[in-house]
Amino acid sequence: MSRAAPILTVLLAIVVIWYLAAIGMNAQWAQDQAARAGTELSTQALIADTMTQDRPVLPTPHQVAVGLWDGLAGQAITSKRSLVWHGWVTLAATLAGFGIGSAAGILLAIGIVHDRAMDQSVMPWAVASQTVPILAIAPMVIVVFASAGVTGLLPKAIISAWLSFFPVLVGMVKGLRTPDAMQLDLMRSWSASRAQIFWRLRLPSAMPYLFASLKVAIAASLVGAIVGELPAGATSGLGARLLSGSYYGQTIQIWSALFTAAALAAILVAAVALVERITLRRMGLAR
Amino acid sequence: MTNAVPILALWLGTWGLNAWLARFDTRATRFLVALIFGLTMLILWEMIVRLYDVPSVILPAPSQIADSIADHPRLLWGDFVQTILKGALSGWIMGAGAAVIVAILIDRSPFLQRGLLPVGNFVAALPIVGIAPILVMWFGFDWQSKAAVVVVMVFFPVLVNMIAGLADTNALQRDQMATWSAGYWQSLLKLRLPAAMPFLFNGLKITTTLALIGAIVAEFFGSPTHGMGFRISTAVGQLDLPLVWAEIVVAAIAGSLFYGIVALVERRVTFWHPSRRT
Repeated sequence: MSRAAPILTVLLAIVVIWYLAAIGMNAQWAQDQAARAGTELSTQALIADTMTQDRPVLPTPHQVAVGLWDGLAGQAITSKRSLVWHGWVTLAATLAGFGIGSAAGILLAIGIVHDRAMDQSVMPWAVASQTVPILAIAPMVIVVFASAGVTGLLPKAIISAWLSFFPVLVGMVKGLRTPDAMQLDLMRSWSASRAQIFWRLRLPSAMPYLFASLKVAIAASLVGAIVGELPAGATSGLGARLLSGSYYGQTIQIWSALFTAAALAAILVAAVALVERITLRRMGLAR
Repeated sequence: MTNAVPILALWLGTWGLNAWLARFDTRATRFLVALIFGLTMLILWEMIVRLYDVPSVILPAPSQIADSIADHPRLLWGDFVQTILKGALSGWIMGAGAAVIVAILIDRSPFLQRGLLPVGNFVAALPIVGIAPILVMWFGFDWQSKAAVVVVMVFFPVLVNMIAGLADTNALQRDQMATWSAGYWQSLLKLRLPAAMPFLFNGLKITTTLALIGAIVAEFFGSPTHGMGFRISTAVGQLDLPLVWAEIVVAAIAGSLFYGIVALVERRVTFWHPSRRT
């Protein structure tokens, strides 16, 4: 209880501020409408109006909640208006990209740890590439693939893979290097082969690092999939919902898509954290 | 098939050179190895595009990209000013500044700290770029809306790091300040702010890339007729891929410079930290 109380207070404060902001920001439109109709609005009517507009500047929390509920549960999940369907489109690209990207990152990290030339060639560039806003090339990737006749899941998955690749690579290299000289010497005194050192010592000690970077990577690949859906032409996925909402001024649609994306991110990170807990406990590494 | 021979030869040749150089393992050879690898990649790229006649719509050669940069210096500079300086940098400064101030205010109340830290951690992991369309609607198409997106993206990572940093003093250090009868402000200025600096700079370094991403992606939702995100999306539409890549090169250089400058300031500010001692 003592841990939940402060968090609930903060969340409550956010909701209150949100309502006040919604009243403040939507009041202009309500007053304009009233002036056009030649009527005066009482304060009470004004507040009531700011909360029930069709296209408010800032939808109130309950409007977003209704939009979310309608999108998640109010439609058949195959419908184009269903957020479940759009979320699934985004999720599929995210997971495919996350799988490709983290597998590639782990493999390259294994190569880097075992080969000095590879380490010195690739690592500086891998680290430097972290400072480059890779996401900016997302639309280009989509269009290039479309002009080559490839559309749908794959181009988005490639953006996701690219974004999740570097965190995993950097984290895994760090993890595979954690065994210190004493542990390595011990393995050698048992005349362990390189493969044995890898499977029995390096890989297990890299696990905590791997999971820490997997959590970063899965959040990044979701962002990659969403941004990959932004370029014109995409009609499905949460990113396309955001874009069409912004074209047609459907603010409630934007906010519900946004909350779906947030929930998806939270679920994905929590899923990785769960696998992490189980794995580390089985390995006896959990604290 | 004959096309593949020079490509493979170059790859194997430089790889052999690198494998030989890597055995020395000094500062100079490390730098050289990385440089040779980077150059090899560029040359291979150029060779593949030329030998296999890859259309520039799919992948322009590095030389075409360089030509495009040389052809449009004023255009690229204008986009750079609009997106990086006006959008990303101003937003980054505002967001980070606000986060530092809020962190210092929150720090006085353990209750708020316990409430805001989990919420901040949660928000920092969310796909915040998604609010770009909303903020573009509120603040218009010009750089103000881009700066607003950057503010929101930068705020939470910096806040979380700054709160953790302000908490990073031990009882011994605080007792020492108390025996000198230092007040709240004195111990804040002389002990806790300096102690928080490594954490703060950690947050600042993470957010340099986020700031550029936020500013560029926000332009996909609406922008004036200049700016890097605008240029990328319109040049892609005209299939002028060399110009797109030119923008990406500018973005990459800007990102590395931005990060480098922050890292340089960090070295100056946190010279006392164990990780800086040699």
